[in-house]
Amino acid sequence: MLTTNQNRLNALLIPTLSILLGFIFGALLMLFFGYNPIEAYQAMLAGVFNSPYFMGEAMRQATVLTFTGLGFAIAFKAGFFNIGVAGQLLAGWVAAIWVALSFPDLPRIILLTLSIGAAIIAGAVWAGIAGALRAYFGTSEVIVTIMLNYTALHLTNYIIRSVLTTGNTTERVSENASLRVGWLTTLTQGSRINMGLFIAIAVVILYWVFMTQMTAGFEVRAVGLNPDASTYAGMSAERNIILSMLISGGLAGLGGAIHGLGTFGNIFTQSGLPSLGFNGIAVALLGLGNPIGIFFSSILFGVLDVGAGFMPNRAGVPDEMADIVIAAIIFFVGANYIIRVALDKMRSSKTAEKGGE
Amino acid sequence: MSKMKLRSLLAIGSSAFLLAACQGEDASNGASDEPATEEEDTGSDAGEDTAEDTEAVDFSIAMITDEGGVDDRSFNQSAWEGMQEWGEEHGLEEGEGYAYYQSDDSADFVPNLNQALADGYDIIYGIGYLLLDSVNQVADQNPDQHFGIVDDVSDRDNVVSLTFADHEAAFLAGVAAAETTETGQVGFIGGIAGPIIDRFETGFTAGVAHVDDSIEVDVQYAESFGDAGIGQQIAAGMFSNGADVIYHAAGAVGNGVFTEARNRMESDPDTQLWVIGVDRDQEEEGEYDGGNLTLTSTIKKVGTAIQESANTAMESEFPGGETIAYGLEEGGVDLVEGNLSEDAWSTVQEVRQGVIDGEIEVPEFSYSQE
Repeated sequence: MLTTNQNRLNALLIPTLSILLGFIFGALLMLFFGYNPIEAYQAMLAGVFNSPYFMGEAMRQATVLTFTGLGFAIAFKAGFFNIGVAGQLLAGWVAAIWVALSFPDLPRIILLTLSIGAAIIAGAVWAGIAGALRAYFGTSEVIVTIMLNYTALHLTNYIIRSVLTTGNTTERVSENASLRVGWLTTLTQGSRINMGLFIAIAVVILYWVFMTQMTAGFEVRAVGLNPDASTYAGMSAERNIILSMLISGGLAGLGGAIHGLGTFGNIFTQSGLPSLGFNGIAVALLGLGNPIGIFFSSILFGVLDVGAGFMPNRAGVPDEMADIVIAAIIFFVGANYIIRVALDKMRSSKTAEKGGE
Repeated sequence: MSKMKLRSLLAIGSSAFLLAACQGEDASNGASDEPATEEEDTGSDAGEDTAEDTEAVDFSIAMITDEGGVDDRSFNQSAWEGMQEWGEEHGLEEGEGYAYYQSDDSADFVPNLNQALADGYDIIYGIGYLLLDSVNQVADQNPDQHFGIVDDVSDRDNVVSLTFADHEAAFLAGVAAAETTETGQVGFIGGIAGPIIDRFETGFTAGVAHVDDSIEVDVQYAESFGDAGIGQQIAAGMFSNGADVIYHAAGAVGNGVFTEARNRMESDPDTQLWVIGVDRDQEEEGEYDGGNLTLTSTIKKVGTAIQESANTAMESEFPGGETIAYGLEEGGVDLVEGNLSEDAWSTVQEVRQGVIDGEIEVPEFSYSQE
């Protein structure tokens, strides 16, 4: 293990390098195909940062990504790949809207708590299925969560069409279930940014407290690092596997509630799994599992996603190119391990010269 | 420690693959030499136009695609082609006089509308019923801006609604399929189930039954407008079960249907299979080594509808709050002759006249609307 100082340095250096490399690679691609990368990046950044509206939209996106990112991260810490974040988000979304539509006249505080609570439970149950199967039968959580994504997608569409409404789109939820905050909406000139942002910040802090200050969080991490040793030390691997999957799904479900009640205010039949789920994985990897890192990488992703929309019409870069550039950035983010290995190599060769090792 | 590292590396690598697998499905199949030829067309046309008579007008329109994207070879593309034509007619340039904004996710609709708004377009069209909610929302916030919605009805005063009697064209497609099938089995592949696609399904099944009600219609939904992979999978099932004509009303999902039919025809040219295209003439999509397997296509003149409403707004007044309906009679929907046999085509024409004259009543929905 390296010293703490170096760890801190790495924790900042690696994501920054990943982002830089991503942007450079994206620029090279654009140059290769004859587009002007400076103009494109300028359109992207100016588009977002010059307008309170689009800044608000980027933050709205970041809010939901924070939840899916944290959700993925906690399962990852415990040693699993929860690919099912998208499906859990969807489960939370439909649950929140369902409750909100069923009791439109309850006072705001109670209705919001109920809706969000239902969403958390729905997401947790959806992830819990994979967790329980993994803990007691040793099935691969990757396969199970992928399959559960599609089950969630089609089940949601069925509920929308057959239970909530007859068409493709449900009614809008009442004012009492909306997460919009007047001053925030006005401040960002009518964007869909909402109370979810504050919930996200609170959850980031809670997550940090749970993982670093509480025994349960320590156990989750311990099981992730070495399940055999933790079992030997008297921790229950099954219990921690299920616990971490429940929290993971609960966070994704919470993200779904924020997306449903904050962004849309209704739910409609989906043609595919929400990309917010998969981007949450990239966000968690870029944030290296650190809650504050995840929060900031969510903002980066929000800006990238909203900003990419400006590249076609303001810089003449076609949509496909904009998507490729964003994908390149995500790729380098996901491949940050390469950068870490390179950094480690450089360091160890230095110490070797000094006669260390 | 190094074992640990290797594991994480593997995990990250596999996650990258999974991500790619999860998200890369909707890439359209088949080579696309089409855009190139299109560009040539537009280039020469625009050149002539500007050289001859047209003065560029001070009017601009934009469209927001649904999730299918502007190159779905069907619904969105037909809207975009109409817009390009309109732009050429009026000597405008893409990006200034007319533009499209691509939505990759339903969360993009509202930001895209606002972006078009910020870019100052005179009319902004939402392409597809999926955008109704978002158009209404943005229309409420901007009462002085003009909007359009295709395929659904908005009650706002600053929105023009363009609707199509898809069931009438689908009815003709059903007649064509019934006249062509040899196995007595045909298939229908819908996009996302709902009122709009239900029109296609109802029209098509009624059209088949109009000719011969012993013909079986296998109806399936892809639950997507963008995933060609699912289209191919459903088509494979239908063809294997004995269907020889498939009508799709599923946007880019249909590209997978064409791919499957093409593969089958190329490996076994003796069994004739047909696909009926949707929304624009999909003849090019049906080309294979031994001929063409696009039986015919139902046409939905989204582009024309956009052009007409834009022209009305330019010349007199924006038809805000109105619903403009396009049916067989108005020429807004139709069926092309394609590769139909003479007999089938003449039957189709008879039925077509019958529908226009009101002798044949075409049901619009399979379930009662409240």
